[in-house]
Amino acid sequence: MRRGSVRSYGLHASVKARARASGPSASVEDRGGDRGGTLGRWRRRGTVDYRRMMVTERRAEAPTRPVGLLGQPVRRVEDAALLRGEGWFIDDIDPLPNTYHAAIVRSSVAHARLSGTDISAALEVDGVVGVLTSDDVAALSQPFPSVLDVPVDYRPAAVDVVRYVGEPVAVVVARDRYIAEDAAERVTVDYEPLAVAATVESALAPGAPVLHEAVGSNTLSDRHLRYGDPDGAFTRADLVVRKSFRVPRSTCTPVECFGVVCHWQKSTSSVVAWCNFQGPFTTHAVAAHALGIPASRLRLITPPDSGGSFGTKSSVYPYVVLMALASRRFGVPVRWTEDRVEHLLASSSATERVTEVEAAFSSEGRLLALRLDMIDDVGAYVRAPEPATLYRMHGCLAGAYDVADVDARARVVVTNRCPTGLNRGFGGPQLYLPLERTMAAAAGMLGMDPAELARRNLVPSSSMPYTTATGAVYDSGDYEACLDEALRLAGYSDARRDQGTARAEGRRIGIGLACVVEPSVSNMGYITLSQTPEARAQALPKSGNAEGVTIAMGPHGGVTVRFTTTPQGQGHATVATQVVADVLGVDPALVDVRTDADTAANPWTVSSGNYSSRFAAIGAGAVHVAAGRLAEQLRAIAAPLLGVEASAVELVGGAARVAGEPSRRVSIRRLAGAAHWDPAGLPPGVDAGLATTAYLALPGLDPPSADDRINSSATYGFLVDVAVVEVDPETFAVKILRYVTVHDAGRILNPLLAEGQVHGALAQGLGAALLERHVYDDQGQLLTASFLDYLVPTATELPEPVTAYFESPSPVTPLGAKGLGEGNTMSAPAAIANAVADALGLEDVEVPLTPGRLWSASAS
Amino acid sequence: MRRIEVDVNGSRHVRHVDERRLLSDFLRHDLGLRGTKVGCEHGVCGACTVLLDGAAVRSCLLLAVQVDGCRVDTVEGLAGPEGLHPLQEALHRHHGLQCGYCTAGILMTAVEMAGEAGPHSVEEIKQRLSGHICRCTGYAGIVAALSEVVGS
Repeated sequence: MRRGSVRSYGLHASVKARARASGPSASVEDRGGDRGGTLGRWRRRGTVDYRRMMVTERRAEAPTRPVGLLGQPVRRVEDAALLRGEGWFIDDIDPLPNTYHAAIVRSSVAHARLSGTDISAALEVDGVVGVLTSDDVAALSQPFPSVLDVPVDYRPAAVDVVRYVGEPVAVVVARDRYIAEDAAERVTVDYEPLAVAATVESALAPGAPVLHEAVGSNTLSDRHLRYGDPDGAFTRADLVVRKSFRVPRSTCTPVECFGVVCHWQKSTSSVVAWCNFQGPFTTHAVAAHALGIPASRLRLITPPDSGGSFGTKSSVYPYVVLMALASRRFGVPVRWTEDRVEHLLASSSATERVTEVEAAFSSEGRLLALRLDMIDDVGAYVRAPEPATLYRMHGCLAGAYDVADVDARARVVVTNRCPTGLNRGFGGPQLYLPLERTMAAAAGMLGMDPAELARRNLVPSSSMPYTTATGAVYDSGDYEACLDEALRLAGYSDARRDQGTARAEGRRIGIGLACVVEPSVSNMGYITLSQTPEARAQALPKSGNAEGVTIAMGPHGGVTVRFTTTPQGQGHATVATQVVADVLGVDPALVDVRTDADTAANPWTVSSGNYSSRFAAIGAGAVHVAAGRLAEQLRAIAAPLLGVEASAVELVGGAARVAGEPSRRVSIRRLAGAAHWDPAGLPPGVDAGLATTAYLALPGLDPPSADDRINSSATYGFLVDVAVVEVDPETFAVKILRYVTVHDAGRILNPLLAEGQVHGALAQGLGAALLERHVYDDQGQLLTASFLDYLVPTATELPEPVTAYFESPSPVTPLGAKGLGEGNTMSAPAAIANAVADALGLEDVEVPLTPGRLWSASAS
Repeated sequence: MRRIEVDVNGSRHVRHVDERRLLSDFLRHDLGLRGTKVGCEHGVCGACTVLLDGAAVRSCLLLAVQVDGCRVDTVEGLAGPEGLHPLQEALHRHHGLQCGYCTAGILMTAVEMAGEAGPHSVEEIKQRLSGHICRCTGYAGIVAALSEVVGS
């Protein structure tokens, strides 16, 4: 059993403890003279003398311990710049002089033939350089390639036909953004309206308007996959539960929108693009293909900071292509800065899924088999990496449960809505809401407590590593222990008792549970499950996931780390600093982690980027491998100086020293100096220079097998959420009384950051449970295209969760770590839906659980 | 174009600006004070919040010409040569930021609160923060940080 000890960090307790430990360290006078009126005045008006609390600033708050930063709640190295407003986000950089600004003319209708675009009035506006039209896009680009072998002509702007509201139809390039937007309003587009398929149901209805005539159907892919003997299991079952679900469109919509600066260099037909793209870098090749240039001629550069993404900024790449075309057409560098309405309307949405579930149970409550009929609405086009939402969870279709027989039908359907893309959870919410609601319903039908039903079906820790029916290898974990801890922290038994008492008083209290296996580090091959085994056999195999890291030590012992994990707030630099400081035995203040990516300078692979919660497992793992190689080099240089074998040298506290004889030492700074200044004096076999690049590919990620089994992710964490809610019987407002979430994500590299990821994912999961939905009318018009209409949680709407962590180290990642940044987006909608259904005694509830919907459901 | 004179973080700036130029664009692109971020450009997300004569305002909903003769404070003015402002320090300690894009706006609202008669209850702090969207943190660290500085 690999189960580790339970750790309940209690974010606020622990940081408060540290705050006390650091204490006030500067006096009022230290604050300096009059820094100017108003700030000083406000301080004087206040009753809190916070000048007393001013502390002397330190570079990087990481404590300078000799070893063992990993696993500690080290405070972030990113904060110093961000808190001062010194971050470098895409709209903060001006990489090229004489850059012009773009405004995109977008379709106002969901489906129409383009019968004419008049740009003459726009061209008359002073300051306009030109207008890129649909004809230009058709002439200068190739369709984006897709894993689905269907004739869908997807371009960065509409050609001949518009297929969703907000689809680009022209790009105005002008001296500044104001002028570009003025001129964009003067472009007139004539539409010949076509019938609209705004939902999955209308797209599949007989006689539905067909979006892509060359395909002839709105169903682009239909795979039926069977594992074991599901039909036999259903025949044997004592109980079959059948339910239908819809997980609606929502969006993680980060506070920073998209941004792109593109320059097309005529002489070499090459593109440099600065953008806040986040990977996966598979789509770098997709973009290059659309531009008709070799991938080596598309240089993507991301700035050091990105204002959140949660998956959405994978969808920046079509805009890279569009702006590169504009730059090519008009011979100037072009900048485009997205606004919020554009972002909500046309950039990225989570995939809506309609699922029919059938679950076969024995009378003892064993889940024998699952049938899942899943239809994913990917919007008007299949934008890579879609239809990945449909297959990301394929290895774990039965979630945390030991189920031998699985039947899955997976369909990809196009509708007249914005193309879908990565959004935190990506396939998880779409799976777990149906699965966990079905488990709760089954518990009711079996007359069993939901927690007991879960317990009877959880994959036992003694089975780890456990291979699922669909091919995943769950690498470690003690699911039952997590469940027990979650129930204990939630006071589950007492809550059940109190629920009955409250009900007698007319109060509606409900308890909901969700058990979730959280995959991290995607197998790049899982998407090829959308192809038949025969088609796969004809193509190059796709598998695995890899990251590269370059680490270099300068002549004074400073360390620079480069990678292509494109962080957007997760604290990659902090964790990399912890890893490097530990492995090299150097002061973390000497470690500089470059978070900006550059495909012409950084190590990267097609699987690089910031998605599938991959950093802790593979990003930090690759840093560990690279730092280990640099450490080997340092030990080899130190060995002759210390008169021992390299294997006897340890790197601790800024020195190389003889193990067991700490007084025999030489400083790492001196070793670095020797490597740079005295290469002739290096021991034989040691390379000059102190830099190395290491690539790490995680094991066990084969392509799909001929029988369609796939280990869809490298490692699998687990979490249990328990929600206790009260629904107001008059207003149907949902109040969360208690929320417990217990995770096992392997070794926790930094508890502070882990807690931050859990809080953040939970906020988005609760948003999807209670508030967030993209609402379209039957003509495909988005009704939620501003923050006035698309409601995201604010500080007043979120509970303070109780969190706890088990640590069952992953045997497949270098540091034993797994991802944990997405689990609560998968669990929270299910846990809250279960709790609300329990409170109101409803069989069916639909997220988001708005008061109006609950009132209607209760009234019917 | 109109001539305006603005005191930003204690420095006087005289500029000629288009009447329609947004204050957020004026600060970011004319004065180069890019610490103020723009999130929604329709006054909801709060990322662009600055102080106008001491009051927290959305710089995306104001024109630069409207602040002629006023004092504007932005995130760049908070830290001194000796260190971070206590609110910045508290956000750091409580892991109250991840991507950092909403942070400048939240800091300016918090500075406004710090100048008011306090202490502020946790509920008041949450209410005031509800004018800011943070998609990363779930707000707990931000609430804890503000509570420590302006709370009871």
